[in-house]
Amino acid sequence: MADTANPASGSSDGETRRDFLLYASSAVGVVGAGLALWPFVHSMNPAADVLALASTEVDLAPIAEGQAITVMWRGKPIFVRHRTADEISAAQAVDVTSLRDPQTDADRVKKPEWLVMIGICTHLGCIPLGQAPADPKGEFGGWFCPCHGSNYDTSGRIRKGPAPLNLAVPPYAFTTDTSIKIG
Amino acid sequence: MSAPSNNKVVKWVDDRLPIFTMMKHSAIDYPTPKNLNYWWNFGSLAGLMLVIMILTGLFLAMNYVPHTSMAFDSVERIMRDVNYGWLLRYLHANGASMFFILVYIHIFRGLYYGSYKAPREVLWWLGLVIYLLMMATGFLGYVLPWGQMSFWGATVITNLFSAFPLVGEHIVTWLWGGFSVDNPTLNRFFPLHFVLPFVILGVVVVHVWALHSVKSNNPLGIDMKTPQDSIPFHPYYTIKDLFGIGLFLMFYLAFVFWAPNFFGEPDNYIPANPMVTPPHIVPEWYYLPFYAILRSVPDKLGGVLLMFGAILILFVLPWLDTSKVRSCKFRPIYKWFTILFLVNAFVLGYIGAQPAEGTMLLVGQICTVWYFLHLLVLTPVIGWLEKPKPLPESISSPVVKKSGEAV
Ligand code: HEM
Ligand code: FES
Repeated sequence: MADTANPASGSSDGETRRDFLLYASSAVGVVGAGLALWPFVHSMNPAADVLALASTEVDLAPIAEGQAITVMWRGKPIFVRHRTADEISAAQAVDVTSLRDPQTDADRVKKPEWLVMIGICTHLGCIPLGQAPADPKGEFGGWFCPCHGSNYDTSGRIRKGPAPLNLAVPPYAFTTDTSIKIG
Repeated sequence: MSAPSNNKVVKWVDDRLPIFTMMKHSAIDYPTPKNLNYWWNFGSLAGLMLVIMILTGLFLAMNYVPHTSMAFDSVERIMRDVNYGWLLRYLHANGASMFFILVYIHIFRGLYYGSYKAPREVLWWLGLVIYLLMMATGFLGYVLPWGQMSFWGATVITNLFSAFPLVGEHIVTWLWGGFSVDNPTLNRFFPLHFVLPFVILGVVVVHVWALHSVKSNNPLGIDMKTPQDSIPFHPYYTIKDLFGIGLFLMFYLAFVFWAPNFFGEPDNYIPANPMVTPPHIVPEWYYLPFYAILRSVPDKLGGVLLMFGAILILFVLPWLDTSKVRSCKFRPIYKWFTILFLVNAFVLGYIGAQPAEGTMLLVGQICTVWYFLHLLVLTPVIGWLEKPKPLPESISSPVVKKSGEAV
């Protein structure tokens, strides 16, 4: 009791013990508050049903050479392009070391005539133009993003403009010779 | 301190909770510089606008549905079927623009008359916090009608965070609650848009608290020294504020009734389509100067950092400005640079609405450099070199001398 009433004259021993209790309980409190916060933060991450949004199957047979279609996967547009021989050779001829995001064309396709990509500009998420025959295709004959002017080549690689990365390739597999499963 | 009335009930309450004393102290007796001009009306106008936004928003929320399949239609139903729904929505949508006009004028008033300088630094910070919260609220609100601009604005702005290395993609997925802007995004934006204005309200209370503890600045930028320099808030400034409100409401309602879509984008009357980006995406006008800064940098992360930096740098303005004199009235050189800074902001705003290419891009880059040059270099240097004009002895002395008699 004397300690409590007059801490200044108390033994330094008691003070250290009290300090320790104060720091220890504060630390436990802070860690506890942090742990309690996590469920709130994590509840904003994709929910199980969103994650489960499974896969998309695409039949490639009707897509003629030089044509492209856009399908939806996980709420995102997927570009599927049946490339012409010219487009393939243009994509393969590029000196990889000169690229902003160096990738060979072979790294980006499973079969050279089929280019499958997420059709979302890696700058700020707009959908690049170039799927329809009348669309502007940019300086490299691939895709052109109207939002801030990114140019992609016939392999979907970034060549000019503010985007930092190539158009992403989603996980996909050929289920038969003429159909793929994305996701 | 005794109750401001002899009424028994008032006295009884006031003895237990001195709320009447407080109100009398801060809204009636509050000593205010007697030389305030009309630029000092914009604070109370912004406060009024916040109240209007909360009220109209609350009633809109009673008919709005935050689901991707119904949001657009529920807003159209508000416009067509809900009694006076069109009025509530146009008051709210134009109110957002009015709010920003008022706050921009309010901020520039502070820049011109040096209101950010000691002892008002914390007051200035709180103002900037309100401004940041307003930007967030306006952005979230604009997403709610789920039109094309709502959707693509949300996509571009949330993607800004993907510029940060390593954590960027995770932050964006977390903001979206999925892999693209979709229903979980819209669903969470609604309650956030609902609650942020109340956070703003809380910060406004602290902002006014800080104001009342350091008192208002004034066009001369010198402190109040004697009671002669001040007048009580009521009735002098209550009536002046009311007069300002009358004028402002005419301006605001003219848009609501005669040009309700003046500030809007026609593309936002097209329902959101995740598969088609509109050819020309523009944010709401009040973000344009910062959007221009973002686009003037050819690097993604660099642009994002510079854009956020443009606002954050204002927090240290009180220390960047080295002059001992507050008001530009007495600063023959800095005055013109401050006006030029405003012009520069307008040019940036104009550039922000144009496609980013050719001369437009170049002008935007020059203006961006000027924005930072002004704050980081010119402001400290001019503060050192400039010889200010002599300050009057007190707020009342110029008046007293002119009329040749004591007031
Ligand atoms: C700081 C104050 C506020 C600002 C700056 C603001 C801004 C906005 C903006 C720009 C829009 C889009 C208008 C359009 O084009 O249709 C909007 C919509 C909406 N806001 Fe707010 N708002 C504020 C406060 C509130 C509050 C407090 C609530 C609810 C209590 C609210 C509820 C809504 C609703 C339901 C909509 C969708 C209906 C519509 O689009 O008109 N707002 N808000
Ligand atoms: S989003 Fe494509 S260039 Fe900016």
